Amino acid sequence: MKQIIRNTKAYYCVECGKCTGSCPVARGNEFFSPRLIVERALSGMKQDIEGDRELWACLTCEACSKKCPSTVKYSEFIRGMRKMAFDSGFTSRCSQGGLLHSIQRIHSIKDLVQDRLDWAKDLKTSKKGEVLYFTGCLPYFENLFSAFVSPIEIAKSTVKILNFAGIVPAILQNERCCGHDLLWTGDSETFQKLARLNTEMIKESGASRVVTSCPECLRTLKLDYADLLESTGIEIMHISELISSLMKNNGIKFNRSGIMTYHDPCRLGRHLGIYDAPRDVIKSMGELVEMGNHMAESSCCGVSAWATCESMSKQMQVNRLIEAKSTGSDTLITSCPKCLIHLKCAVHNQIPVEKEKVDIRIEDLAVAAGKALAGD
Amino acid sequence: MTEFDPRIIAFCCNWCSYVGADLAGTSRLQYPHNVRIIRTMCSGQVFPSYILKALELGADGVMIAGCHIGDCHYVSGNKKAEERFRMLLGIMKTLGLDARRIRLEWISASEGVKFANTIKEFAREIKELGPRNGGKE
Ligand code: SF4
Ligand code: SF4
Ligand code: FES
Repeated sequence: MKQIIRNTKAYYCVECGKCTGSCPVARGNEFFSPRLIVERALSGMKQDIEGDRELWACLTCEACSKKCPSTVKYSEFIRGMRKMAFDSGFTSRCSQGGLLHSIQRIHSIKDLVQDRLDWAKDLKTSKKGEVLYFTGCLPYFENLFSAFVSPIEIAKSTVKILNFAGIVPAILQNERCCGHDLLWTGDSETFQKLARLNTEMIKESGASRVVTSCPECLRTLKLDYADLLESTGIEIMHISELISSLMKNNGIKFNRSGIMTYHDPCRLGRHLGIYDAPRDVIKSMGELVEMGNHMAESSCCGVSAWATCESMSKQMQVNRLIEAKSTGSDTLITSCPKCLIHLKCAVHNQIPVEKEKVDIRIEDLAVAAGKALAGD
Repeated sequence: MTEFDPRIIAFCCNWCSYVGADLAGTSRLQYPHNVRIIRTMCSGQVFPSYILKALELGADGVMIAGCHIGDCHYVSGNKKAEERFRMLLGIMKTLGLDARRIRLEWISASEGVKFANTIKEFAREIKELGPRNGGKE
């Protein structure tokens, strides 16, 4: 525990409580206090933290890190505490009953042979190539959530755009979950296995550039695989960055229509600082109207790593949708498959709010861009 | 090499299938020892995550058994189970795991024979398929 405290600078905490004040979870959940978790760690209350169910309530959204005067790396601190708790046998109260985490653990079986590429049938893809498209868990999300959203459209649109630009991306038949969710819920051992399997396949593909749809994959590959991929010089980028560069360098254009607002995913925004690329793309497709909470101040979609989904999560989603709707936009664009699922889930489930307040179209950036391709 | 001895988990609903399993026992019907029964109140209570968890932990086959459609003691729990089972089949396909590893069966309290036969058949099939993480499927 001391190590985690040292690495995340929790030693410097001055008990100001700004984290609790800025935390979207603490706003509605009186049992969750980010400040107190740090204090308890500093007083060595290991067991107390491990057994605390609120340890899993943090969204690791980093809203607090931006406010902390002592620059405590809060989400990493929580990640460390969770690993410690996990190693002592505690787990999160996973949403979906841990279904996704089970799928991810099954992915760590070495000789698993998946059947996950159905969606790519009518598109140009290959086994090896310069550019690798890392699809993430989209095929599984499609299995699970097709009642109210079609996540696989994100993969189709992404490859469609790449094909349009003359790129035939490599896709991996046996790509594994990047391990993000397990890493953030304390299971770093399985994460390591997934990371090793994926890096091996990425290296074999001969790619010099890996593109992801999911900001969580992006963060994981970029930061958490760093020691595995470092020496290879492989560039990891988000699809919004690639589209934005295709617009500049390859003259890709979009048909303009409508007013859009944009929800910054926490991994893409606060974790990685990518704010402009998705906005460039949106501005070329139509008018962009910002919500009050945007960029580093963006609110969260309410769930992270499938660790918890509670009434607080639903409340955050509803608030976000109301905010989006009040901009007068006709579409809320996001660039994270999970944000898309969580926000759509709020509408799909019977939430205690009048439908008119939240009935705004929610669409993924790549899907919107795929539809708007000029000259397609 | 020793013969493959599959591990099968069967979730049986309290009101029909579990009683069916009981009847198979009290009638002294023989069926393979490979099955571990977990009693649930209703097949509609068996979340898809339970099945995936069983597979994750090394089960070679998983069965959900409930009352016949129309007979569920909570009216429509088994309909829910049916719907979820369809989703599970999708996940199994994507994972590249053989769909025959999971089963949904309706077994009533009076169908001890059906219970025993279903388990026999299931165990035979799983033996043919081999262990869950034995590689290529
Ligand atoms: S990371 Fe986000 S959810 Fe976690 S304590 Fe900070 S503000 Fe709250
Ligand atoms: S904002 Fe930083 S210094 Fe203030 S209580 Fe939270 S962790 Fe401590
Ligand atoms: S009680 Fe038997 S299936 Fe519902």
